[in-house]
Amino acid sequence: MRTAPILLHDIDEPGLASLAVYERRGGYQSLRKALAMEPSAVLAELDASGLRGRGGAGFPAGRKAAFLPQGDMDRYLVCNADESEPGTFKDRELMQKSPHMLIEGIMIAAHAAQTNHAFIYIRGEYEAQARILDLALAEAAAAGYTGEHVLGGDFSCSLVLHRGAGAYICGEETGLLDSLEGKRGNPRLKPPFPAIQGLYQGPTLINNVETLSTMPHIIAMGGAEYAKLGVSGSAGTKVVSVSGHVQRPGNYEIELGTPSREIIFDLAGGPPEGRAVKLWFPGGSSSPVLTAADLDVPYDFDSLAKAGTMLGSGAIIVVDDSTPVLDVALKLAKFYRHESCGKCTPCREGTNWTVRMLERIDAGEATPMDLDIMSSVQEHIIGNCLCVLGDAMAMPIGSMIAKFRGEFEAHMQSRQLAGAGAGAL
Amino acid sequence: MSAVKRYQHGSRVPGWDQAADLDKDPAGVPDPALVEVPAALRAEIEEAMARYPERHSAALPALAAAQRLHGWCSPEAIEQVACVMRVTPAYLSSVASFYDMFELEPVGRHSVYVCTNISCSLRGADALYDAIETAAAGDRQINLRHFECLGACDIAPMVSVDHLYYGPLELADAQRLIDDLQAGREPIPDLALARLRSADPDANS
Repeated sequence: MRTAPILLHDIDEPGLASLAVYERRGGYQSLRKALAMEPSAVLAELDASGLRGRGGAGFPAGRKAAFLPQGDMDRYLVCNADESEPGTFKDRELMQKSPHMLIEGIMIAAHAAQTNHAFIYIRGEYEAQARILDLALAEAAAAGYTGEHVLGGDFSCSLVLHRGAGAYICGEETGLLDSLEGKRGNPRLKPPFPAIQGLYQGPTLINNVETLSTMPHIIAMGGAEYAKLGVSGSAGTKVVSVSGHVQRPGNYEIELGTPSREIIFDLAGGPPEGRAVKLWFPGGSSSPVLTAADLDVPYDFDSLAKAGTMLGSGAIIVVDDSTPVLDVALKLAKFYRHESCGKCTPCREGTNWTVRMLERIDAGEATPMDLDIMSSVQEHIIGNCLCVLGDAMAMPIGSMIAKFRGEFEAHMQSRQLAGAGAGAL
Repeated sequence: MSAVKRYQHGSRVPGWDQAADLDKDPAGVPDPALVEVPAALRAEIEEAMARYPERHSAALPALAAAQRLHGWCSPEAIEQVACVMRVTPAYLSSVASFYDMFELEPVGRHSVYVCTNISCSLRGADALYDAIETAAAGDRQINLRHFECLGACDIAPMVSVDHLYYGPLELADAQRLIDDLQAGREPIPDLALARLRSADPDANS
């Protein structure tokens, strides 16, 4: 059963990116409603909605907003729009087509957490989307939705767009904070968590674009009503980016708990004629892979965790049986090697060694031991770094070795034979 | 196994040979009386600094502005930013070298980033890169680069040309893209991302 889209409800409405059309479609009514409520009441609605963060970690959004300590200090809200997880492009479509929905969500969250400065950290590559947000922010400020005395009331919060400059690691929340402070985007040691000590050492709430864009709808329909969507533990709808070997790649908004098969086949059209699903990433390239046997797993946080993987950023990448698993593994490992910030040794060296071992397998120079060594490298990365970038390579690579070991070995042997044959000539 | 390559300083890691001249004092914060900064660039950087509670936050937008003016983060560009922001050039170099979009060498006027990450490569991005490279045939005005996932897997394989997105490209579009750029036209306008409607059949309901 499909539910009516919430975030994509009128996404292609002509001119939706302008304030006039957004207001005509009912925009900013939720902000008015939220501002008339006590911050604690807004927090209670977010909590009741059961909304879990849409950026990757899936942490309950209401609880996170409530972590910020009370007091007189400057408090910050940062919208993480550094969408860089391979396979993910939902935030891009939301920001490009409905920037005011994000701005409204940010101001609702800012009121709930009582922050006085808010930032949108958008990846530098999203220049077209940043220009659209520039215009929308100017309109929102002129209309009194942001800045001093929002809508004439007591609440004030500035909102500034900040462009990144191309670094995957800046999607990691503490790397993002360093980058926003004008430094290299190296992650920080946690704790202290950003809610206690974040941007400029002040309490900071960080949320993903989709999470914040959902908040106006939660306020409009009420937390309890929103919680009825989806399944227990995974409330609401989710915009899923489907890409790779499918016939209709794109963003699809599904009710959480929808069978994965429905998303991949009914919505995205499945693999091209005559080919079959070999493996798929359920939550971006950092999630452990699943195979054709897992296609009936319900698409929600807990079911995917039970299947040994994660919902992550909600990006399904489908790989069909025409692609060797080694190509996929090598592509990924090279990506993580390139994006490792270099601060922690297990990640910096582990990503490099994984690439080199995969290249050895491909070149026919590997020994059977190399697969075991490569598995143990992955195990030594996980949990041993400041952030999870290394883990984000180790988990999918580890899962590929575990699930496709036979293919790795066959690849190794065929390359060795080919090498021997060439040598004989 | 071949011998491990070592640099002049004996390390296996590059960097020291060029980065540090031990006989020279490190450059301090530039003297405003000695550095000439174009007025428009100065205004843009000062405006950026005013947006943040802390001026250092303007490092990325300031470097981006300088790069737009100079074409790359040249020593001159970095010195100008350092002068207005009142920081050392070394601080800005350390920042600029971290991010993929800052150019540390002179590059061509048009940036062409080809996404060759997983979703695009599953749909032929590596061959597309080769086709664009062949079509560009060494044109030095074209800054052709492999790029990590650009967040547009729905139009894979795709390219970002001067920071706007186009896709999906057939191999034959490579020549058209380069021809358009060389003729000074908007490249492959029929493939611009902006045209795309939502794929969800239930959207807009």
